[in-house]
Amino acid sequence: MIKIDLNLFVTLSKYLPEDSDCFEVSDNTSVEKLISDLGIEQGSVKLIFVNGKKQDHRYVLKNGDRLGLFPPVGGG
Amino acid sequence: MAEFEFKERYDRNFNTLSLKEQKQLKALRVIVIGLGGLGGGVCEILARVGIGHLTLIDGDSFEPSNLNRQLLSQEDLMGVPKAMAAKKRVNAINCEVNVESFIEYLDESNMYDRIKNGDLVVDCLDTIDVRFILQNAASKASIPIVSGAIAGMTGQVTTIYPGDMGYKLIYGEEVQKQSKGVETVTGNLGCCALFVAALQSAEVLKILLNRKDILRNKLLISELWTNTFEIVELI
Repeated sequence: MIKIDLNLFVTLSKYLPEDSDCFEVSDNTSVEKLISDLGIEQGSVKLIFVNGKKQDHRYVLKNGDRLGLFPPVGGG
Repeated sequence: MAEFEFKERYDRNFNTLSLKEQKQLKALRVIVIGLGGLGGGVCEILARVGIGHLTLIDGDSFEPSNLNRQLLSQEDLMGVPKAMAAKKRVNAINCEVNVESFIEYLDESNMYDRIKNGDLVVDCLDTIDVRFILQNAASKASIPIVSGAIAGMTGQVTTIYPGDMGYKLIYGEEVQKQSKGVETVTGNLGCCALFVAALQSAEVLKILLNRKDILRNKLLISELWTNTFEIVELI
């Protein structure tokens, strides 16, 4: 198992698990798998960023990663 | 309208801005598209800082739901076009600003004509697909875009130069017509709208004055409930 710092923004925050800042996931878990495991619809995540850099859904999480999932924000 | 001596009006801009920079701003034209929560704040700041020429565009009129966050809205302006109120507000703040306004929505047919004479365009729109139309037009006009968007207490700001991937990096490739974001669920709060408008205005100044730390290919995300601020590298 590895631990990540999980950050879910706006409407995604309702899926935030407890201990999200040291959330345990299995080794070799992709972001896509994690999104699915959290019960989040894939299409509702527009932007994935890890340690401050945009990544795609195939990114495989590493111990200590800081993951952010961001929905489409379009209001003015 | 009261006229004040140039140095007196902008006294408190110095020496964060130099006199030379202040004069530079007076010669430039900024286009603001969308005059709601973001656009109202941006107009207010850009008029006060001394941008010489403003083009303000929005086809919408005020309704009661605007009052929670839109600086240009007020109870006696319900039904009044936002572009009309914006021009009046800018004139009242700073008669030195040359301001033109257009009461119209922009699409493929008129976007380029409205922005082609600008030095920079500020995206304060509230639909995602129109932002892509703006990006194409701004690229053709060879001017940068400072883009802001909000939902609830979360905001984002980025800068797009001609030829950049821009909105594709944030919203993906496929965007439907009249597409909105999660703000349709969360609404928008005034503190978030004005915070993001301030960030956009600062970005406008940095670009126009050739300062550093532009948010090109970067997205500044702010989440005000948790005081989370992050600059994401998009490429």
